[in-house]
Amino acid sequence: MKVYLDNAATTRVAQEVVEAIEPFNSQKYGNASSLHSFGQDAKEALENARKLLAKRINAEPDEIVFTSGGSEANNLAIRGMAQINGFGHIITSKIEHPAVLQTCKDLEKQGFEVTYVGVDAQGRVDLKSLESSIKDHTFLVSIMHVNNEVGVIQNIAEIGKVCSDRKVVFHTDAVQSFTKIPIDVKNMNIGLASFSAHKLHGQKGIGMLYVRKGIKLKNQITGGEQEFKIRAGTENVAGVVGFAKASEILTQEDITRMSNLKKHLRQELLNISDTKINGPDDGLCNILNVSFRYIEGESILLRLDAEGVAVSTGSACSSANLAPSHVLIAMGLEHEAAHGSIRFSLSKYTTKEEINYTVKCARTVVIELRKISPLTPRGDKNV
Amino acid sequence: MYSKEILDRFKNPKNVGEIKSPDAYGKVGNIACGDIMELFIKIDAGKITDIKFKTFGCAAAIASTDVLCDVVKGKTVDEALKVSKKDILAVMGDVPPVKVHCSVLATEALQEALKKYQSKQSTGSK
Ligand SMILES: Cc1ncc(COP(=O)(O)O)c(C=O)c1O
Ligand code: FES
Repeated sequence: MKVYLDNAATTRVAQEVVEAIEPFNSQKYGNASSLHSFGQDAKEALENARKLLAKRINAEPDEIVFTSGGSEANNLAIRGMAQINGFGHIITSKIEHPAVLQTCKDLEKQGFEVTYVGVDAQGRVDLKSLESSIKDHTFLVSIMHVNNEVGVIQNIAEIGKVCSDRKVVFHTDAVQSFTKIPIDVKNMNIGLASFSAHKLHGQKGIGMLYVRKGIKLKNQITGGEQEFKIRAGTENVAGVVGFAKASEILTQEDITRMSNLKKHLRQELLNISDTKINGPDDGLCNILNVSFRYIEGESILLRLDAEGVAVSTGSACSSANLAPSHVLIAMGLEHEAAHGSIRFSLSKYTTKEEINYTVKCARTVVIELRKISPLTPRGDKNV
Repeated sequence: MYSKEILDRFKNPKNVGEIKSPDAYGKVGNIACGDIMELFIKIDAGKITDIKFKTFGCAAAIASTDVLCDVVKGKTVDEALKVSKKDILAVMGDVPPVKVHCSVLATEALQEALKKYQSKQSTGSK
């Protein structure tokens, strides 16, 4: 059996999306900037998709800038704001995606001031410390909606309100949450928001940045005048059409089913001794992060892979710089627990049989690896 | 990312376990990522007759400890002390650069175990 439980990394492209995209590769392949009918057909599709996606987040179509994905959207938001301001202070959190964290680190080198607010043991950003970090020259707060490793959901409506009261622009990385949790940029006082299609059964390499009217950004890719002169480059019409289609496929039933399957998986995995959940119980419907004590995550991942089950890990051994997950460390996990952490992430296509098979494999793999580990206490019942 | 040799070893290591009252014992930890290796060695008439290991770490760490056990089994203590990091890497095949540090760790555990064994021997306190 093959089980894909790495949907927070990327997802299968939905058949509906494949079909929606096809004509824009084979027939309506014009450049959306061209005046002939090929171009105008592409332009029409592009603008319809823009309208639909704008509506999904309660924005206006001319507030949507298409990008090559979530990373570019985050870069455009943060660098674009910083370069317009020239100097000043940014607030973000310690658990952001590298596309935000590394961008902020880079800006620090260029002379900007950055505060990285901490999180509690569940990964929640402390609103009080966020608010007290705001200074006169703070121009941007960037806090992700849902964390990609542990699924913790931040209260972005509250953060948006604080930012609005203090007249600071609020950016949120909504790459993981989009279509799983409703987002309303107007009511939540969001100034900038990043999205990516490949987390919701769209294609890789297409995303968008919501830019509230009135917010000025320095373009990061210069060239033609596409995307309101904020992002040059021939529009990826097929990608955008697929993105719009993808934003429609998740139903409320899908979300409920994923939540129930996640709960089931959580319960079953907790039956394995010395196992602990990282992150809150009320996290995103499809992300479950678990630490298996005494064993190492890359080993678990590869053994599960040999059984056909695909997951990911926050273990130091699996990262290029041999550092454990910055998210788990910020939540106060010990290195050993971060070492044995595994992320299971479900999709609307995940079945109960797949979850049961995964639990069975996980139990065997954990027991086998614990037999190899010198850390396993002698006489451990599970060994 | 890993060679077939490493993956096969990792999935089916042959030398996992402990030896009760071993003649030599070594344990090393790696500060880089936090892996830990233990070696249990049985020595008879100057020869390694049995060797078992336990490892907490990645696939390369587990596979390389298993390789080391195979490589030194049957060797005399002096021969085993000459087994180098290169010898282990040669059996492992293509090791990703980031995984070299833990693939050679087992040789350190072996050196520690055998040197302690030799000094006990020379003081006659076995
Ligand atoms: C929270 C978060 N932000 C940003 C990204 C980057 O998006 P993309 O892969 O489209 O560049 C990802 C996923 O990789 C993510 O999980
Ligand atoms: S044991 Fe950590 S990288 Fe090999």
